Amino acid sequence: MQTDLATPVAGLPQARVARNAGMALDLDWVMRSQANRSAIERRVATLAGRRTVKKEYQAAWLCRAISCIDLTTLAGDDTAGRVHRLAAKARQPVRADLLDSLGMEGLRVGAVCVYHEMIAPARAALEGSGIPVAAVSTGFPAGLTPFHLRLAEIEESVKAGAEEIDIVISRRHVLTWDWAALYDEIRAFRAACGPAHLKAILATGELGTLRNVARASLVAMMAGADFIKTSTGKEAVNATLPVSLVMIRAIRDYCAATGHRVGYKPAGGISKAKDALSYLVLIKEELGKPWLTPALFRFGASSLLSDIERQLEHHVTGAYSAGYRHPMG
Amino acid sequence: MSVKEIFETMDYGPAPEDASEAFAWLVDQGDRFGHFIDGAFTPPGEGFLSRNPANGETLATLTQATQADVDAAVAAARKAQGKWARLGGHGRAKHLYAIARILQRNARLCAVLETLDNGKPIRESRDIDLPLVQRHFYFHAGMAQLMESQLPDRAPVGVCGQVIPWNFPLLMLAWKVAPALAMGNTVVLKPAEYTSLTALLFADLCRQAGLPKGVVNIVTGDGKVGEMIVTHPGVDKIAFTGSTEVGRKIRAATAGTGKALTLELGGKGPYVVFDDADLDSAIEGLVDAIWLNQGQVCCAGSRLLVQEGIAERFHDKLKARMQSLRIGNPLDKCIDVGAIVDPAQLRAITEMVEGCAEGERFSVGTELPAEGSFYPPTLITGLAPSHRLMQEEIFGPVLVSTTFRTPDEAVQLANNTRYGLAASVWSENVNLALDIAPQIEAGVIWINSANMFDAAAAFGGVRESGFGREGGWEGLRAYTRPADRAPRPLVRIEPNTGESGTFEGIDRTPKLYIGGKQTRPDGGYSRAVFSPRGKLLGQVPEANRKDLRNAVEAARGARAWGATSGHQRAQILYYMAENLSARADEFAREINKMKGGRGGDREVEASICRLFTYAAWADKFDGQAHGVPMRGMALGLRAPVGVIGVFCPDEVPLLGLVSVMGPAIAMGNRAALVASEPYPLVYADFYQVLDTSDLPGGVVSILTGKHDALAPVMAAHMDVDAVWSFSSSDISGVIERGSVRNLKRTWVNNGLVRDWFSAEGEGSAFLEAATEVKTIWVPCGA
Repeated sequence: MQTDLATPVAGLPQARVARNAGMALDLDWVMRSQANRSAIERRVATLAGRRTVKKEYQAAWLCRAISCIDLTTLAGDDTAGRVHRLAAKARQPVRADLLDSLGMEGLRVGAVCVYHEMIAPARAALEGSGIPVAAVSTGFPAGLTPFHLRLAEIEESVKAGAEEIDIVISRRHVLTWDWAALYDEIRAFRAACGPAHLKAILATGELGTLRNVARASLVAMMAGADFIKTSTGKEAVNATLPVSLVMIRAIRDYCAATGHRVGYKPAGGISKAKDALSYLVLIKEELGKPWLTPALFRFGASSLLSDIERQLEHHVTGAYSAGYRHPMG
Repeated sequence: MSVKEIFETMDYGPAPEDASEAFAWLVDQGDRFGHFIDGAFTPPGEGFLSRNPANGETLATLTQATQADVDAAVAAARKAQGKWARLGGHGRAKHLYAIARILQRNARLCAVLETLDNGKPIRESRDIDLPLVQRHFYFHAGMAQLMESQLPDRAPVGVCGQVIPWNFPLLMLAWKVAPALAMGNTVVLKPAEYTSLTALLFADLCRQAGLPKGVVNIVTGDGKVGEMIVTHPGVDKIAFTGSTEVGRKIRAATAGTGKALTLELGGKGPYVVFDDADLDSAIEGLVDAIWLNQGQVCCAGSRLLVQEGIAERFHDKLKARMQSLRIGNPLDKCIDVGAIVDPAQLRAITEMVEGCAEGERFSVGTELPAEGSFYPPTLITGLAPSHRLMQEEIFGPVLVSTTFRTPDEAVQLANNTRYGLAASVWSENVNLALDIAPQIEAGVIWINSANMFDAAAAFGGVRESGFGREGGWEGLRAYTRPADRAPRPLVRIEPNTGESGTFEGIDRTPKLYIGGKQTRPDGGYSRAVFSPRGKLLGQVPEANRKDLRNAVEAARGARAWGATSGHQRAQILYYMAENLSARADEFAREINKMKGGRGGDREVEASICRLFTYAAWADKFDGQAHGVPMRGMALGLRAPVGVIGVFCPDEVPLLGLVSVMGPAIAMGNRAALVASEPYPLVYADFYQVLDTSDLPGGVVSILTGKHDALAPVMAAHMDVDAVWSFSSSDISGVIERGSVRNLKRTWVNNGLVRDWFSAEGEGSAFLEAATEVKTIWVPCGA
């Protein structure tokens, strides 16, 4: 059964938040930026003990997490049928009876994220839902294809109907501190995006240090990224809380300096409801409530939803749930 | 609220910790408590109420201990001590292990009761206090196990009287009880009257764990009970954690009694932020530094020193961070700042802050709970170092701030305080951080962190923050004494007398040796020195308070000595030995003339040997890298104490002088020595040795004069960091009493003999007295 939506929970970010215009590359600011790993790790380690949500609060927060999921399939064997199934799950992420019990009818995910060739089937399957299609681009995941082809790939994907483009940066520019090259690259990607939103994937697992993460985050925002995103999901280490803390502190500084709210998307490795709550707490504590919306926060995740579904059923019934009770995506 | 509504507000909602087990325990005990003496609870007597500061509700009725109670507790501890010590290291280790285990099994009960009684957030009692409590007992179970093999020459002190504060009730109990028990002592402990409940729960757990009766005794009550313990003749050692004011009283009360004493007192910790720091992390560190436990922490980072160029940005960020602190019911799992321990403490904080007209005050705007003792986290910027709030401990969630320009100025500001407990230094530049940290006068310095503790890393202060260390190997020193010392009284050695006659040969009038120069005494008086047969040997100057002042000033000026390398100090000590050796016969004759007999050769030989000992130690008395549970290291450095005033042993004029000077200067201290009173003459020849050995002026000054006249001046001198006395004059009590004002370290002989020719005349006891352990925490991560 398809539940009805009075007001769409998910929606295009541009409908709610003014886009980041970017700014000239400010190298002084970039180079001033620091990240002390041990202090950052302590902050995220103690946060779990400082904040918790229980009972109906937990259920509500988990629903919020669902609304922020970029439901993703990025596999070589993706087909139109597979994407259709995923889109159906995006429209109805939780069993209707459970949403009824929670009073959360109409809950949807933030977006569906696919490769270029799957944009069309995704668009078709999401027709009328208001759920945007995001496409990974620019030679994802390594980003080492010819530059003009990467630009062309963005343009093709936007033409095909992607409303969000998840680009990958050239990690070598970060590793060699060629900030100008990184800035120019993302600036060009942003121009190629046109009206589509640009999410800059930093591939933080390949940047070596948290300080590099902090500096790359700033450069990406200066170049006009609408979102900054941790990972492709293909690196050995994907989203972590320490990396997230560094990136969202950069977002906070950028907002303080420019007034622009840039979104944040941790991706890869977030598969448990409890992890999702940790991220939401981190966002609320460090960036504040305005960021707790799909317009400014997304989870890049494929298996997170199924764990949340089980937790929600537990909340509703009081009994622990089983995976097979929830429809596949 | 419905899920849908919460989905919109994204509030945290209530998350109360269940307190029913803790209340059940209180009810099981009848909500009334006696003392825990000799393994059993005494019947409840006249007493006072213990309240929950978060809502004012009564938790239990406690008993005010009488003198008879304290006597009974001390007697029980005394009776149990021998057997407890004889149980052996392994036997005690098993008991300490059992205590650690039972604390772990009851961790949540302990944490909840602590929060009910003290008002600290449950997160802190659950995630910080209790894990550290358990860790302390596990760690010291290991120390008990290793005592016989690693500390073969140490014995238990005996009965330890321990008085602990209300800010970390169970943790401070663990810090006191665990090392005492590990080393074979028994204890009489008094918890603070605001927060006695977890100590009583601990007693109950000890009983359940099968701890022999009398090993741990707990008496409750106010400061009067503390005083009874401190002054009790049956107590061998006092350990106190609390205010500097009470610490002074305890120092005065124990002066001259021969009781061992360690004090862990107040602080006004500098929190230094350099412009290249990770500012967001430094701000988060401040949350741990000053808003942990509502700022009621002696080692709180309460004095923010921020580099001028980033001050405005830093303060803005800090204010924004303060707004997300959650204040309220400490049993709620989402609370950062709980209740102030008592309305009286709340009033004290309020009065101090309200009395501050200067600076710019910023307080968190959150509404405070209607009832209970709460104070909002507060920042006061723009204060000068001269302001009262920059100098005095507030002991509440109030941070004061000022700025600095250069690293040197940061160090000066950091050290511009009477306290010296803990400090933080924030910089991403390893050169800067590791240069600044050891320059701060404090017992604990956290680089890029705050309020980190571990049983393996020594904790304790310098200056008026007290003396002694808790934790690590250093912490055991206070709970042990040398094993093989049979105390023998030291009889005062009277100077020889004689007829003032004429001096044979050319007249010799030695002077005082101050700041590397020979100086006439300020008072213009001299005293004749005679041989045992009454023959005039020479005249020595009679130093007065001004000469002593000059010697201390010269020592203060010779600060650079502390920064010389151990190798360089060793070279100078060897050179002294060489020069002394060249004049050995002459020194021996001089000694023989003063003392009679033929012992001079032996004493000179021993003195040369002793100089070699300290030349050897100068570059070998290393610190330690502690294995603390974090990535990084905690360094236990051996820092010089500073300026040490010493009353030299009377009986061996040369060996005594060398035995105290050696360790002092080998470790980088400067020394003002008062030579043997009855046999002073040899000092004059010795300062010539110093002069010819390249010792910089001021590092050692030598005075002659009456020990009992100079002792009170030395003890009261605020610029002297430590006073030692091995004099045969009865000045131990005078020195301990006189040290009260700046709480300088004292090391006195209590009128007992020390054999300067044997092993007890040199070695680790001297080196430890000549150094302060400075623990520098260096967390790291790429």
